[in-house]
Formats: sequence, structure tokens, C-alpha cells
Amino acid sequence: MTAALAKSWRGWLFPVAVLAAAELWFAFNPILSDTLAPPSKIARDGIAMLFDGSLLKATGQTLVSAAAGLLIGMVSGTAAGFAIGLIRTAERTAAWVVELLRPIPSVALIPLALLTFGYGYRMEYSVVSWATFWPFLILTHNALRQIDVRLIEVSRLMGFGPLKRIWKIMLPAAAPRLFTALRLSVGLALVVAVTVEIAANPQGLGLGLMRSQEELQPGRMLAYLIWLGVLGWAINYFLLLFETRLFAHRTPHGGSTTP
Amino acid sequence: MIRSRTLDILLGIAGILILLGLWQLVTSYELISRAFLPGPAATFRSLERGIVEGALLPQTWATIERMLQGWLLASVVAIAIGSLIGVSSTARAYLQPTLEFLRPLPASAIIPVAIAVVGLSWKMVLFVVVFGSVWPTLLATVHGFAHVEPRLVEVSRLLQMSRLAFIFKIGLPNAVPDILAGMRLSLTVALILAVVGELLTGELGLGTAVLHASRQYRADDLYAGIILLGVIGLVSNYGLALADKRILAWKS
Repeated sequence: MTAALAKSWRGWLFPVAVLAAAELWFAFNPILSDTLAPPSKIARDGIAMLFDGSLLKATGQTLVSAAAGLLIGMVSGTAAGFAIGLIRTAERTAAWVVELLRPIPSVALIPLALLTFGYGYRMEYSVVSWATFWPFLILTHNALRQIDVRLIEVSRLMGFGPLKRIWKIMLPAAAPRLFTALRLSVGLALVVAVTVEIAANPQGLGLGLMRSQEELQPGRMLAYLIWLGVLGWAINYFLLLFETRLFAHRTPHGGSTTP
Repeated sequence: MIRSRTLDILLGIAGILILLGLWQLVTSYELISRAFLPGPAATFRSLERGIVEGALLPQTWATIERMLQGWLLASVVAIAIGSLIGVSSTARAYLQPTLEFLRPLPASAIIPVAIAVVGLSWKMVLFVVVFGSVWPTLLATVHGFAHVEPRLVEVSRLLQMSRLAFIFKIGLPNAVPDILAGMRLSLTVALILAVVGELLTGELGLGTAVLHASRQYRADDLYAGIILLGVIGLVSNYGLALADKRILAWKS
């Protein structure tokens, strides 16, 4: 208990010291900066944005785009992952195509999405769905490959048909890894959504960041930035918590428990 | 065994042919308007034209250069700082929570701050590429140092090694696999941020080329640019994977 407290205390010291140093520096150099702001000003701007609703609106836009793209990427990526994970010929036929398409950086598709859909939600979630498709495909494929062969043999012996085998044996066995894929992709979806907003799409937190910079409002800009950090951290934290609760009875990575 | 390998290659080629065939089908029946999706022939003609006539080459080099410069700089910074943090358990206790908090932050979110501080120029792009691609390697280096075999740490104590000697003789060699994995991730991030930077600043590069193609409704040039960016990603990934194998050959 005390050890944990001491550890967290030491973890907090550095950021608090940085904030205090920044505050002091601005107190002794009272210049009006267009680029940076003291922490107290960031906090005041952040609270003002929270109360006038602009922060929540921007957060909503970003999260909706990220979630829609994630959903498309998850469904299509998991389905494709099952296809290549279950059918050996499909796996070999898809191998080179995957190797060729996967390295295309998602941001390279921003101009294409812009041309095809114009500004708005569609261009944003289409890029997010491309970016999140690949981790789901790869991790589903891996999850299926790491299922204990004996489980499959047992299901054969019991005379399970292919559908029943997928539903009763493979899906539960792969579930922990699939959830890990989801947790990693949620973070990715948020990152890509904000990147699309910063690069092109005029909405959400990315627009808030860019507009605050253009309007020479460093307090607001840094408040957006910190809020984004808190958001990403919180989402990851709760998913991790959920993951450990959900799969607490398994080994950490869902592998076989036999030594 | 050999037959199975041959079959892998044949099926791999078949997969790519199927992809091209589907692409051709979709465009010849205009399931998607040709304004958004040109046929493979038109796309590869545009790619060939760009390479033979040379318009695409300087843009490709500019993007590669930007990516590599930022990545190399970031790697040096990340390994240096990562070693200093990783070698001391006290520094880790104070700094690691902050690093973990900063990690999930979208690197592109630093762009507005960089524009405010540096201005809208190539320097801003370089700064963002470096800043963004520092994290994977930095965290990997810290991780590598934190997981040095405890007996090696004891040996270094017995030999009364200095911190610096420990870093170079035990810490870094042990962290090499982690560092290489981090550097691979960093290179991907560097390419992404180089492209985003180009989209915003209009500096010479494939990102800018692709954006202009999109603004002028030249879909074939747009796809040619995307293909080139994919090739850069593919080649850099393979190059590093190969380097990994060479460097880590002693481990296996």
C-alpha cells in the first residue's frame, strides 16, 4: 500500500514540477505570448470550453467518427481474419495482397477520401476504417492460429459442424486476443480520427486544435491537447480494466495454460 | 515441401491477379464512378508517366528524405534519452508514468503547437516527424534497459562498473532487440507524419502531390501517389526486417 502510494507520488512529481515551473516562468516574464500559455490560463480556458459546450461538441464529433470507422474496420477485419484463419487456401492467396496493401499509410488516403466524400463524417470514418481493418485482420488471424490444436481435434471427435466449431470452440478460445485487438484499435481509431481532422476535415477536436492556433489562442489550444491526452489515456485505462475483469480466469494472453 | 513453397508463390500471384481483376471489373462496370476510382491501366500509366518523365521522382525522394532524416534524428535522441532513463530505476519511477501518459497522445496533435512555435514550414514538418517518432523507440529502449537479466546487473556491481560503462557494455547490447522493434514502429510513424506535414504545409513531397491531384480531380495521379507511398512503406519495412535479422543473428 505504502509502496504503491510512494510510486504514484513519484510519478506525479515530474508533471507537477513542469507545470509549476511553467507557471513561475510566465509569472516572472509577463509577456502576452501567441504560442504558449501558463497552466493557470490553460485551465481557465479549458473550463470555459467545457461550460460553453464547444469541448463536448468537438469531442462528440471526433468520437462518433472514430467509433463508426472502428466498427466498420472491426467487422470487416475480423470477418477477413476468420476467412484466412480458417481456410488454408484463402490464407495463402491473401498473403501477398495483405503484404502489399497493409503498408499504405492511412493518411495517404485522406486526399482520396476528400475527393470521394467531401468534408464531413464519411471521409473521416472511411480513413479510420482502413486503418483499423489491418490490426483486426492480423490479430484475428494470429488468434485463430494459436488455438490449441487439441481443441479442434476434440470438436472433430464430437462431430461438430464447421459453424458450431467456430461458435463453440474458436470464438471463445480467440476472445481474449480479439479483445486485445479491440483495445489497441480504439487508440488507433482516435489517433487517426484526430489526424484526419488536423490534416483536412473541419470538425471535431482536430479542428478545435487548429482553429485555436490560427486564432492565436494558445490557452485553448493547449487545453484541447491536454484533454485529448486525458481522453486517450482514460479510454485505454477503462478498456484495460474491463479486459482484466472479463478474462481474469484466463492466462494473461489467452494462451494455453499447460506448461 | 518444395511443392508447397511453389504453391505459396503461385497462390500469392493469383491473389494479386484477383485483386487487379476485381479492380478492373469495378471500373469497367463503373460500380464506382471513374472520377473516384480509375482503372488499373490508367493508374499504372500515370505511375509510369510520372516516373519516366520524372515528375514523381523528386516528390518521392523528398518524402523519403524527410521520413529518414526525422527518423534517424528521433532514433538517436530516443536511444540516448531512453538509456539515461532506463539505466536508473529512480529516473524510471519519476518519469515513466509521464511517458505512459504521453504515449497514446496522437503525434499529429502536436502539429498546431509546432506551427505556433516554429511556423508553417519544412522545419515544422521535421520537428513533428522527430517528435512523433521518438516515442516508440524511447519507450522500447527504457523497456529494454528495465529488463536486463538481474544477474548481469549483479556482475556489473561486482566489477564496479560505472553507469556509462554499464550503458554501453550491458544495457544497450541487451536492449538491442527492443530498440530495433521500436525503431521499426518509429519508421512507420515517421512516414505518416511526413505525409501529414506535407498535406498541411504544401512542401514538395508525395503528400502534397496526392493532395493536388485530389483538388484537381486527377484520380489516376492520386492513385499513383498512393501506390508510391505504399511502396515506400513496404520497402522500408522489409529493409528494417532484414536488418533486424542480420543484427539479431547472434541471438538464435
